Amino acid sequence: MSAVANRKMVDSRGSFCPGPITDLFKAYRAANIGDEIEVWATDPAAKSDITAWAARSGNEIVEATQEKDYLRIVVKILKKGR
Amino acid sequence: MPLKACFCMATVTVQKERTPEREVAQNKVCIVLSKGSLDMVYPAFMIGNTAATMGSEVHIFFTFWGLSVLNKKKVGSLKISPVGNPGMPMPNILGMIPGMTRVATWMLKGKMKKIKMPSIPEMIATSKDLGVHLHACSTTMSMDIIGFPKEELIPEAEDIIGAATFLQLSQGATTLFI
Repeated sequence: MSAVANRKMVDSRGSFCPGPITDLFKAYRAANIGDEIEVWATDPAAKSDITAWAARSGNEIVEATQEKDYLRIVVKILKKGR
Repeated sequence: MPLKACFCMATVTVQKERTPEREVAQNKVCIVLSKGSLDMVYPAFMIGNTAATMGSEVHIFFTFWGLSVLNKKKVGSLKISPVGNPGMPMPNILGMIPGMTRVATWMLKGKMKKIKMPSIPEMIATSKDLGVHLHACSTTMSMDIIGFPKEELIPEAEDIIGAATFLQLSQGATTLFI
C-alpha cells in the first residue's frame, strides 16, 4: 500500500477564467507525479475548464464536489510535461 | 476475464495510436493581435495563457494597434472605445463626445477590478512565466504614430519579426486573428 498522496491546496475562489487554470498550473509545475492538487474555485467555468485541462495534460480528476458556495476539484498528477 | 480484458486492451491500443497525431496538431497556438483596445487584448492573453498551461507552444504576434501592448509607455493605459461598439450600454453617438473613451475605460476597469481580473501588465507577466512568446511586427515598429523605437519595447517582448517568420512559426498551428 502506498502512503496517502501528497495533496496541495489551491484556493482560487473569487478569480475568473483563466485564474483557476493558471493557479492550478503553478501548483502543477511544483508537484510530483502521484501528487494531488485540490482546487477551490467559484468561477462557473472552473469545472469544465479544469476537466479539459486534465484531459489535455494527461492528468486525472479524482473528485469534483460542489460545496455550498464553491467547487472543490481534485486533480491527480499522472504526467508531467514542461 | 479473457474475452473482456482482450477487448479492453484492443480499445486502449487504438486510442494510443491516435493520440500522438492529435497532440502534434493541437500543440501550437498562434495569435495575431492587431487591435490595442482592452476588449481585444484581454481575450488574446486569456486564450494564449490558458493554451500555455495546457501544454501548447504559444506565439502572439503584435501588429498595428496591437503593438501598443509591447510599448512600455502605452501598455499601462490601454483603453476601450465606445465608438463603433454597439454592445456599450449607451447610444453609440454619445461615444463621440470628447472624454467618453475615458469614461468607458474607467467603467470597464472598475467592473474588472470588482471580479479581481488581472491588469494587462499582470497578464503579460503571467504569459512570460508560462513561456508564451511575444513577437513585435517589424513593419508596424517603423510606422509613424503607431510605431516606436526599439528601446521602448517592454522587456517581455522576445523579438521583432516579419510576416514570413510568423507564417513559419504558425505552420500547422491553430491560428487566431484578433
